[in-house]
Amino acid sequence: MDFSLSTEQREIQELALKFARNEIIPHAQDYDEKGKFPEEIFKKAWELGLVNTCIPAEYGGTGFSAVDGVVISEALAYGCMGMNTSFMANDLALLPIVIGGSEEQKKKFLTPFTAGFRVASFCLTEPGNGSDAGGIKTQIKDGGDHWILNGEKMWITNAGYADLFVVYGTVDVNLKHKGISAIVVDPKAPGIELGKKEDKMGHRSSDTRGVRFNNVKVPKENMLGKPGDGWAIAMNTLDHSRPLVASSALGGAQRALDLSVKYAKERNQFGVPIAKHQAVQFMIAEMGMKVEAARLLVYKAAWMCDQGQKNTEIASYAKAFASDSCMQITTDAVQIYGGYGYSREYPVEKLMRDAKLIQIYEGTSQIQRLVMARELLK
Amino acid sequence: MNIFVCVKQVPDTETKITPTSDGSFIETASIKWIMNPYDEFAVEQALLVKQANPAANVTVVRVGSTKDTEALRTAMAMGADDAILVEAPDNLDSYSIAKALKGAIGKSGKTPDLILTGKQAIDDDALQVPQILAEMLKLPSVSVIVGFELQGNTAKVKREVEGGALEVYELATPCVLAANKGLNTPRYASLPGIMKAKKKPLTQLSLADVGVSDADRRVKYSGFKLPPEKPPGKKFDATDAAKQREVVAQVVGLLRTEAKVI
Repeated sequence: MDFSLSTEQREIQELALKFARNEIIPHAQDYDEKGKFPEEIFKKAWELGLVNTCIPAEYGGTGFSAVDGVVISEALAYGCMGMNTSFMANDLALLPIVIGGSEEQKKKFLTPFTAGFRVASFCLTEPGNGSDAGGIKTQIKDGGDHWILNGEKMWITNAGYADLFVVYGTVDVNLKHKGISAIVVDPKAPGIELGKKEDKMGHRSSDTRGVRFNNVKVPKENMLGKPGDGWAIAMNTLDHSRPLVASSALGGAQRALDLSVKYAKERNQFGVPIAKHQAVQFMIAEMGMKVEAARLLVYKAAWMCDQGQKNTEIASYAKAFASDSCMQITTDAVQIYGGYGYSREYPVEKLMRDAKLIQIYEGTSQIQRLVMARELLK
Repeated sequence: MNIFVCVKQVPDTETKITPTSDGSFIETASIKWIMNPYDEFAVEQALLVKQANPAANVTVVRVGSTKDTEALRTAMAMGADDAILVEAPDNLDSYSIAKALKGAIGKSGKTPDLILTGKQAIDDDALQVPQILAEMLKLPSVSVIVGFELQGNTAKVKREVEGGALEVYELATPCVLAANKGLNTPRYASLPGIMKAKKKPLTQLSLADVGVSDADRRVKYSGFKLPPEKPPGKKFDATDAAKQREVVAQVVGLLRTEAKVI
């Protein structure tokens, strides 16, 4: 057993961390405050090959493994979990094409993302269907030589900037899971209406909107697999994307730990640095323990993807543990910073706001526990 | 056109430095190595020249231990074509390093048209290698350059001098130029660049291969010590108006006798 990253992975990590320190961290607060989409930073990250890591080499991608992907995502989230949400949303939207697309579809839809800077959205959640993704109501009707899309999606990351949507709908609502299908949609197609940008607690730089589809015509060849394949594609996508989302929580947690260690050594109370007080030491020890345990779970969940092993259970452990730990660690970071931590002048309150969302999106911490129990009690 | 860039691998600026127990050097086991930041400007300048002259070949040369080849790999990931590593102890002196660089350039079989390097390494801050190397190669040299332009066989460079003034030089190539901050903005090594770098040739040589022996050592380190810890500052309470005159006299006295600043 070898727990170390390869030389190449360390170099990749080094580059991603350097990018986070130089290009993300100095601007993260400003983007957060203004709720500004990080288009320029996203583009720079794309130029260096730090995003769309799921695209195979045949389509111009870097051909990275899932472990490489989480190493990069962890480092970018170390810079800003919110910006990383925008970056990751590209992978989340492109994964269904990598997983369920035909050769022709992969060439057509993936190649533009390596040839130029483009943004994508994964459209699964609806106003009435979050955790209960199987209850999708968006309709995909056969219109003869095209599909007709009707319905409404909610909390769609990158929606306002997307060049491509992957939309989940149903060909027949009575078929439940068996009717769910995935289609690639051009966001500029007539009949698509974007909602206003959501004003969120955290991840404020990521662009999140509702999207409405009114009789949108979609070419027949844009369906991934055949009608009814959508559920399997979505579940398979989540097995790949959960380690990625978990790595974002891991990056944020590591940042909170690093900042806490630094501050605890600088801040004096009762004549000594607060790091000398056992109450603070215990919080920091707890943080370190959780970060390390989360990292092992996240890397293992990604490693299993690379080995072609079914990782549903471990990916859920990783996602729930990393995001719950990130929430606890960032909350404690604010505690260690005390009054300063509660102020926007200091970086930790943003970490705490950003951490919360990772317990919610991509399967809440509660849904993850349902998945775990289902796997364990099989 | 053959461009050589001499780079050094130095401890990351955030590394905690500890002298070895015998004081002969610093503990290197737990050090994270990076490319000397001034050398990054040199690499970037070489790559800019290569962009304008696609036929140009950029070789990076480094003298140092082989434990980690971070600096060379980074340079090749940024776009350098090949690399030469001369295996040597990390505590070599400037003269031996310059001689090893000269030997390595000679061994490459390529005639240099331009040699670039950083003005100094941030570890020992000796600021000597570029000048010694130029002297050994009998080439013109300018250090602390912040501007560079190549016109045929002439390099036009700007050199920063005290007070922010600039000196402008014209040199015939080949020449040795040492970069300062401000010359350019070094690019990141892209991920495809990192993958490509793995396949680029890295030649490894020994000090004997490049004609350097212990007899070349001009400087030997006799002892590494951490700087003494700064004593805490003194505080004087002057809140009591009646005692202010007395306190001021005391402070002035200490500034004269103890701090010796007035």
